[in-house]
Amino acid sequence: MYFAQELLDKSSEMRKKWEDEVRKTVSKWPDQRERWSTVSDLEIKRLYGPEDIKDMDFAKDIGYPGQFPYLRGNQVTGYRGKYWTFRMFSGMGSAKDTNERWHLLLKAGQTGLSTAFDFPTLMGYDTDSPKARGECGKCGVAIDTLEDFLVLVDGIPMDQITTSMTINPPATALWAMYCAAAQMKGVPLTKIGGTIQNDMLKEFIAQKTLMCPPEPSVKLISDTVEFGTKFVPRWNTISISGYHIREAGSTAVQELAFTIRDGVEYVDDVIKRKGLPVDEFAPRLSFFFNSHIDFFEEICKLRAARRLWAKLMRDRFGAKDPRSWWMRFHTQTAGCSLTAQQPYNNVVRTATEALAAVLGGTQSLHTNSLDEVWCLPSDHAVQIALRTQQLIAEETGAANTVDPLAGSYFVEALTNEMEEQAWDYIYKIDEMGGMVAAIEKGFPQLEISDAAYKFQQQIDSCEKIMIGVNKYVSEDKGEIPFLEIDDAVETQQIERLAAVRRKRDGKAVKKSLADLKAACKKGENVMPYCIEAVKSLASVQEICDVYRDVYGEYRDPGLY
Amino acid sequence: MVDRKLRVMVAKPGLDGHDRGARVLSRCFRDAGFEVIYTGCHQTPEQIATSAIQEDVDLVGLSCLSGAHRYLFPRVVEILKEQGADDITVICGGIIPDQDFKGLYDAGLKAIFTPGTTLDSILDWIRNNVKPR
Repeated sequence: MYFAQELLDKSSEMRKKWEDEVRKTVSKWPDQRERWSTVSDLEIKRLYGPEDIKDMDFAKDIGYPGQFPYLRGNQVTGYRGKYWTFRMFSGMGSAKDTNERWHLLLKAGQTGLSTAFDFPTLMGYDTDSPKARGECGKCGVAIDTLEDFLVLVDGIPMDQITTSMTINPPATALWAMYCAAAQMKGVPLTKIGGTIQNDMLKEFIAQKTLMCPPEPSVKLISDTVEFGTKFVPRWNTISISGYHIREAGSTAVQELAFTIRDGVEYVDDVIKRKGLPVDEFAPRLSFFFNSHIDFFEEICKLRAARRLWAKLMRDRFGAKDPRSWWMRFHTQTAGCSLTAQQPYNNVVRTATEALAAVLGGTQSLHTNSLDEVWCLPSDHAVQIALRTQQLIAEETGAANTVDPLAGSYFVEALTNEMEEQAWDYIYKIDEMGGMVAAIEKGFPQLEISDAAYKFQQQIDSCEKIMIGVNKYVSEDKGEIPFLEIDDAVETQQIERLAAVRRKRDGKAVKKSLADLKAACKKGENVMPYCIEAVKSLASVQEICDVYRDVYGEYRDPGLY
Repeated sequence: MVDRKLRVMVAKPGLDGHDRGARVLSRCFRDAGFEVIYTGCHQTPEQIATSAIQEDVDLVGLSCLSGAHRYLFPRVVEILKEQGADDITVICGGIIPDQDFKGLYDAGLKAIFTPGTTLDSILDWIRNNVKPR
């Protein structure tokens, strides 16, 4: 029991008195709303007290930072030794454009890089594919071959800066390019650090960058985990992501549960398929969460996530190394919470969300720019977003003490409630036979669609408020300058690719792709073959076409 | 004679995977009593036009949030016209800046819905402007 009986008795007595006062007050001044709930529609009580957390066990459920169950953080000293990594997701136009943006961000005090690729690259198509028409450089940087990649990382000290790459179906190809580029610069693979998102399960569930069916997609991921464990020990080979699940309209609990259950699926697969002991690879698994606008719900979600993962790793998988119990994660503020209307308000939303991520103990953070509803961020907007993080770190005092909200009746009670609801989902998916089976049934997809539809109805009926959208609407749109990606980027990139195709050794390309195909058919680890293929200047699409050919193509079933 | 139900196709052209709006609208149209066909993501304009004709729909709603709408939306209208199906109404939504409106209307898109639009206002527009063909 968390409190002495004496305290609980006293509290109960005082609570009765307070409840009487509430009744009197409400009869004169009724509450503004009948029901108070989080943005995910979790009902919240008027007040939380000792009785709400009386069943907690201090040692088992709360503990200390750096100790199981890591509710209070992985790091013993919190942010005193090192702030979270200021890692702004960026990519636009050509490799050269993005390289310039990266240097600008590093000069402004960013401490890690994060790559946004354009849709053709994300989907494993070259810029000259008919499917890529109109998309080149629009949502991120266009990368077709190693030649582009070398421009992207020009002047970047690859042995010092860690780089995250949001890339999923073609993750093997792009990671191979990073490895090849490092080797060409004389940096050994043991020295490079970073992350590939490489989480296909959440693609089927939410983000929908799709290529091959779930089963072979998971196989390719296990290949990267194995390769990283053996040869690139500082690399996080998966970033198990809830961000996109949330953006697709899930609740906070769904984000928590589906993400963690995805993680379980990957751990299971690596153990079964590769025979690696859990403690050899689990310390390099990383996670990625959304930080939405409901301040406390987000803090509680992140705290609950750490405790859930620690329990799963220790108790379900028998991991012994504390680093396997750690859930290390990146956070991004919620794109879907921002509004096209009155865009300057987005600065305030992002700051609030960033503060929640910090109080939830994130290790790395991206803050959205005020213009990101409309376009890729302008230089000006991205600097405000970066400064938001720096301001939270250096001015607000939020980093002074570790996990400052621990012990709050409300925060601990909501953390427990969210964890319990997440376990319900996790057990349900276990019963379905795992996440791949659940995805094939459409379960997580339809749960998210339910939540998204309900939220939209709540916005339309003003049950939930978005300032500038359904309340305090103004005619003044607060016009902002848009960063536009010139359509000429596409023409130039097609020319660049054509030039690479002309100059490369066609025979070497053919051979490297044939070797990759043979490796796929034999079930070998594809990574060494991928590195050879990118070095021969095979393109992203040529590599992905091998996968499509061997494993088949997956199409979005269009569930709603 | 009772009017038959309106047949509506919700479609996602291009490589964009932001399908939240398309999914929410598909549910809204279903609840409103329309017959709904949702294509899922990653359709080419050709695929969308062909299925719209095969499925004999009255309305196509296109959604794109990647910035590729300037090419993709007019292309769908153009193919429908080439196939003699220009009586299918085509509307669109997504992240569409004001300066692109004229080009899209000129290309034959009949309505453009941007962030913040309520589901009811889209339903109203459809009920006032689209009849079963």
